[in-house]
Amino acid sequence: MTAETSRPLLSVERLSIDFGPRRVVSELSFALHAGKTLCIAGESGSGKSLTSLAIMGLLPKAASVPGGAILFEGRDLLGCSDRQMQELRGKDIGMIFQEPMTSLNPLMTVGRQLQETVRRHEALSGQETRARARQMLDAVRVPQVDKRLAQYPHELSGGMRQRVMIAMAMLCKPRVLIADEPTTALDVTIQAQILELMRELQAQFGTTLLMITHDMGVVAEMADEVVVMNQGLMEERAEVRSLFAAPQAAYTRKLLAAVPVLGSAGPPESREERPVVLEVDNLQVRFPLRGGWFEPARNVHAVENVSFRLRQGETLGIVGESGCGKSTTGKALLSMLPFDGSVKLLGCELNGIGGEALREVRQDIQMIFQDPYASLNPRKTILDLVGEPLLIHGKGDRQQRQARVAELLEQVGLPAEAMQRYPHMFSGGQRQRICIARALALNPKVIVADESVSALDVSVQAQVLELLERLQREHDLSYLFISHDMAVVERICHRVAVMFCGQIVEIGRRDQVLGNPQHPYTQRLLSAVPIPDVDQRRDFKALLREIQVPDPIKPKGYVAPPQQYRQQDVDHLVAVG
Amino acid sequence: MFAFIARRVVYSILILLGVTLITYLLLFMLPADPARQIAGRSATPEIVANIRHQLGLDLPFYQQYFQYLKGLLHGDLGRSFIQRSQVSELIGARLVPSLQLMGLGIAFELLIGIGLGIVAALKRDSFIDRLLMAFSFVGVSSPQFIAAMLFLYFFAVRLDWFPMGGYGEFRHILLPALTLGILGSGWYSRMVRSSMIEVLHQDFIRTARAKGLSRMRVVFRHVLPNAIVPVIPMVGIDIGIFMGGLVVVESVFGWPGIGQLAWQAIQQVDIPVIVGVTTVSAVAIVLGNLLADLVIPLVDPRIDVKKH
Repeated sequence: MTAETSRPLLSVERLSIDFGPRRVVSELSFALHAGKTLCIAGESGSGKSLTSLAIMGLLPKAASVPGGAILFEGRDLLGCSDRQMQELRGKDIGMIFQEPMTSLNPLMTVGRQLQETVRRHEALSGQETRARARQMLDAVRVPQVDKRLAQYPHELSGGMRQRVMIAMAMLCKPRVLIADEPTTALDVTIQAQILELMRELQAQFGTTLLMITHDMGVVAEMADEVVVMNQGLMEERAEVRSLFAAPQAAYTRKLLAAVPVLGSAGPPESREERPVVLEVDNLQVRFPLRGGWFEPARNVHAVENVSFRLRQGETLGIVGESGCGKSTTGKALLSMLPFDGSVKLLGCELNGIGGEALREVRQDIQMIFQDPYASLNPRKTILDLVGEPLLIHGKGDRQQRQARVAELLEQVGLPAEAMQRYPHMFSGGQRQRICIARALALNPKVIVADESVSALDVSVQAQVLELLERLQREHDLSYLFISHDMAVVERICHRVAVMFCGQIVEIGRRDQVLGNPQHPYTQRLLSAVPIPDVDQRRDFKALLREIQVPDPIKPKGYVAPPQQYRQQDVDHLVAVG
Repeated sequence: MFAFIARRVVYSILILLGVTLITYLLLFMLPADPARQIAGRSATPEIVANIRHQLGLDLPFYQQYFQYLKGLLHGDLGRSFIQRSQVSELIGARLVPSLQLMGLGIAFELLIGIGLGIVAALKRDSFIDRLLMAFSFVGVSSPQFIAAMLFLYFFAVRLDWFPMGGYGEFRHILLPALTLGILGSGWYSRMVRSSMIEVLHQDFIRTARAKGLSRMRVVFRHVLPNAIVPVIPMVGIDIGIFMGGLVVVESVFGWPGIGQLAWQAIQQVDIPVIVGVTTVSAVAIVLGNLLADLVIPLVDPRIDVKKH
């Protein structure tokens, strides 16, 4: 299938992996060619991560390999002793992982963790070891290297930690680098930086890259060859261009169709003549920082002068990177934390109300959270969970509640019998449907959806988005859709607001903001989004330059100057200054 | 740093005040009458009343307590009812043997506890793990008095591995210290085991293995330091429990420490000695906890004393 005629550097042949009695990878074969990038793409449960761990000899104890071979330099890695694998790991094959926040030892300085790898595999003097660590941090463009070497992991941001991880994996210049979802936990601009660095390192050291990812955009940006996996089986193996141009397997076609593509949506239906349901003016949220005995108290300015309108039947997207204040805004709208400014829901002011009045108002605004695994109490049945809002608000007796829950489950595409079961019996997508049913229970006018599809696989994500759109049509709902994913926001939202450091820097119709971005931050954000189109590979070099981020911690009593906007177009506002 | 220690000292003083007040109150409410104990069975009520007056026991409670506090400020812990000498002298003479026994006892406790905890965690769910956890369970739950007597009987009397008692040479301290260590190690082995198992599942351990480090290095350089952090504050808390064991072990092995002194004083209702030993123990516990709090930031850079 591949054009390469040279012998592969590493080849996996008919590899199977069992997890207890269950087969999780079945007869998988592929080959890595020197200097190339192979991506293994697939959704959760496809066995892609276990495959990479099998190559490293790091499979968990519960897993076993009933058959197959992993050939590297004429050796079968599956037959190697523990000792032989230790010598190979970090020296010939390096690996980086998904979660940079927890992948470094919190008790050791960055420098010591780097030097430890070098000392394990090479006989160098202390000075040479330090020089190597410094050189590799330079290669991944870590600024102020000497300072970083003496720092502990918690003193670095997620992006910096992932750079350190890459530097650590590359220290002994391994011929193969395995990257298991290396950018999944990162913001989109940080993701672009890491992808760019991996390209640079590959060019510099001729490293062969094996990348595990669920993101077809990342695949298109990085891969030479792609293996698509599903439920432990290889669905397709192809050169990247032909995979995107003419996918062979039905599963691949389905997967590609489900991926929302940025720039594919036109102008939305107008909602301008509809009544305004939510009116937010100068919303501010501050978190007090407790001072010590001799330190003054300060405030973290999480949300600063945010204003917008949400109309009936409209979806407003709030996008931004972690820490920009988008989730805090959502929580403030539900009065889940104290705020300043004005929030009017159906003309009723929410600031300052509490008790019975607040409970009354909350019927009209509900929330769906990000993690469907954590937001359902595992000890309650679906009937209790979905019926709880009705119980709290004293709607109907037990029988009426049961009928209502059945109706709600029906609406989100679940059978009514589901109400007798417990959350653990459902998949992630089904649980999110349950959360949506719960949010709908009181017939709200506005639903705040905070990263509600981010934890789901793309095919499930597409279904949930469709459900949300259908419910919007049926109930004339308004959504405030908080997300970091620009493509998803474009697909579902009528209007988009971009947040940066607690403020809205640009707001307008989706085609205005995402199609004709005016604010430099919006432009930067959009330029970082990987596009699932092989012919449009993006150059992320410009993103490696960091931008100035103002310190959100301000002395008590600090008042931010009001944000000035210029009108780019009808209804399209861009922050100035 | 300075503010942290200053605040801790203020808290410590409040704790000590509370400890002395409660001890005093409990002893005051005790039905036993020290004056009668001193006077003996055949004494007339006049003699008893006389002794009571001499010792200041006829004063109201708050006056007795203030007398004591006033003395405490001058470093005076009062006079023993029975032994006719200063409490501070009695305690001073016994402090060094007790500190020796405590030091070695805690060292054994940590060595045994952490060692067994590591082995149990690495051999999780095996026969060895179950055996070690059964051992720690027995250690945690056996009454100290009985265990100490059994140790004395088997290791000193029957096997003659250790001397039966005495003080002065290194061999004398071994059996009492080991007794304290073995009995106290159960907590630590359980805690270290569960803490190790938790750390073994962390992402950075996978990173360490992906670097090609040897198993030993992964365990001792990456797992253990992280597993030890939550154990450190427990050492501070444990000192209080340890003190209780000290009273029993010193009495059984005839070790001339403050534990034995306390035991005798309790039997004789020698109130100034009881309060004195309690106060000194409270100081030791407070200092132990302070020390533990100061050590944690040295191990874990994420913990900053300034922020507490």
